[in-house]
Amino acid sequence: MDFATLLQMLDATMRLATPLLLACLAGLFSERAGIFDIGLEGKMLAAAFMSAAIAAVTGNVWIGLLAGIGASLALSAIHGLASITFRGNQLISGVAINFLAAGLTVVIAQSWFRQGGRTPQLSGDARFNAITLPFADTLRDVPIIGPIYYELISGHTILVYVALLTVPLTWWLLYRTRFGLRLRAVGENPAAVDTAGVSVIGLRYAAVGICGVLCGIAGAYLATALQASFVKDMSAGRGYIALAALIFAKWRPWYALYACLLFGFLQAMALRPDVIGRVLGFQVNGQLLDVMPYILTVIILAGFIGKAIPPRAGGEPYIKER
Amino acid sequence: MPKWADVVLIPLISIILAALLSALVILAIGESPWRAVKLMVDGALGSTYGWGYTLYYATNFIFTGLAVSIAFQARMFNIGGEGQAVLGGLGVALACLYVPWPHWTIALIGASLAAALFGAAWAAIPAFLQAKRGSHIVITTIMFNFIAAALLNYLLIGALKVPGSMEPATARFPEATHLPSFQDMFNWGDTTFFRGAPANVAFFIGVAACIALWALIWRTRLGYEIRAFGQSESAARYAGINPTKIIMVSMLISGGLAGMMAINNVQGEAERLVLNAVEGAGFIGIAVALMGRSHPLGVLLAALLFGFLYQGGAELALWTSIPRELIIVIQALVILFTGALDNMVRMPLTRLFLAMRRA
Repeated sequence: MDFATLLQMLDATMRLATPLLLACLAGLFSERAGIFDIGLEGKMLAAAFMSAAIAAVTGNVWIGLLAGIGASLALSAIHGLASITFRGNQLISGVAINFLAAGLTVVIAQSWFRQGGRTPQLSGDARFNAITLPFADTLRDVPIIGPIYYELISGHTILVYVALLTVPLTWWLLYRTRFGLRLRAVGENPAAVDTAGVSVIGLRYAAVGICGVLCGIAGAYLATALQASFVKDMSAGRGYIALAALIFAKWRPWYALYACLLFGFLQAMALRPDVIGRVLGFQVNGQLLDVMPYILTVIILAGFIGKAIPPRAGGEPYIKER
Repeated sequence: MPKWADVVLIPLISIILAALLSALVILAIGESPWRAVKLMVDGALGSTYGWGYTLYYATNFIFTGLAVSIAFQARMFNIGGEGQAVLGGLGVALACLYVPWPHWTIALIGASLAAALFGAAWAAIPAFLQAKRGSHIVITTIMFNFIAAALLNYLLIGALKVPGSMEPATARFPEATHLPSFQDMFNWGDTTFFRGAPANVAFFIGVAACIALWALIWRTRLGYEIRAFGQSESAARYAGINPTKIIMVSMLISGGLAGMMAINNVQGEAERLVLNAVEGAGFIGIAVALMGRSHPLGVLLAALLFGFLYQGGAELALWTSIPRELIIVIQALVILFTGALDNMVRMPLTRLFLAMRRA
């Protein structure tokens, strides 16, 4: 594989890892606060649809992004209501949210745009366009560094950089602020947090809300940056891969970045079977690459490569008094 | 709260809430809910043809609903019904294609065993990891759904594909494995009932499975152990019940039941294995089990309701501009209200009954 092809692959990795990363960090906030969320997929899908629809109608992608976040937050509110206020089963609520999004997006898209459950193609200001970082063009001809800067670092949409910045931000918020300490505590031992006079319910709603915002950005990225319209089921299991990445990363932000980059790289490889064939000298089955994240996660969960221990109070509704 | 309220009233209120919200969705997209209901009833129950489809879908949902129920009884959430049903289809296809069966009755027994075996095998790995390594069964079964889909995809464009054909599907099963449909079974007079509908003898296997599972859960020692484990793991452990055994056995039964769905959709209807033969029935099993309160009789009724919704939804998509995906919305609302928001209905009702008792 030559240098240019490698750069192309890594560039694709960045683009494909971005929605995984945003969704993974979304799940991290929620699960660290003790709320399991298998509804990441549904929230992304709802946000993808709303952002594409509103961007198509208004012609402004930023309004679309806000609408996408709004849709995702609405589903988060349902999840919070079910799993925090009414102390229901968080997993079942997540399943319901995934189906709700899968069904409603197509039903609404069909009655709104009459294009078989898609939204109109976006162009110009109605989608996120690649931005060229300063000096990218001038530095382009410098050997090695130039192409890396031009191809790999520059030339992404703004949401890619947002996703990357969210990683240190998440780390800082979780490990260097009072809010973060409380958030992690509420996922491990909510009774202790409650005894300290901090609202468990408030913290958990905050976490679920942050999860909604990040899923909203992830979904908007899918429909307005990675692609230029909403199509049925376009999240294509990314919410579950993000969940897998979260386990792979053992619920830690920096590791989440590495896990998502790895899974993004696997997706990028699956798109270029010709390159893998040339490099390895034999064909790797595309289906195998597609399911690698899932297989790796099962192996991790089986405890063969370190042990993945979820937050202790995860999945348990908090009951103040009995 | 009296028992009848728990068993009948709460599910009923939940379903009414789900139905009301579905009606709102239909109104919001500019169609009349009343007309939609009429079309669905006409299409699903207005003819023996409609009934034939309704019962065909219901058969799928009986199997997957029972599969989720038995896992629920042991307080486990098997989201992997979809993958287990995919593997069951593979088992049926291999059994039908490579074994020369003399008659459909024997073929049905053989294919059922193969389907159950493959489905159970697919549930065995997550169950083992849960029992021995503590890996969360929800996550592993989700992962196994994706792996199953990829595996089937791989086989259907590779080893199992008909040579020379472009279609990702196996060859047709031989004549001797074809199951009698309702059309073959219930026609003695001049008029033809169930003409062209896919309901077949597998429906009765499904009903028999309901009875067998009821007997297993409430009339055997194993069933008692499963229920005890589901109610309180620590109490069950103290009483000498082996948790590894209960997790493994209940998940194997669960996977086997999900796999057995394939005798209906693969052997009974398609008579060959195609991609995406399961069509989400594994997930509908979750809604069916929640609505049926994990009781085989409840599952049977809920499966019939979902069979009606499925066939009715197909008719709706045919005659109105309401897409088929509306059914997924209804399914989501049922899961939401009967499963996750259960306490929303339960808490005020409990208070009401308490107030009535005091009065």
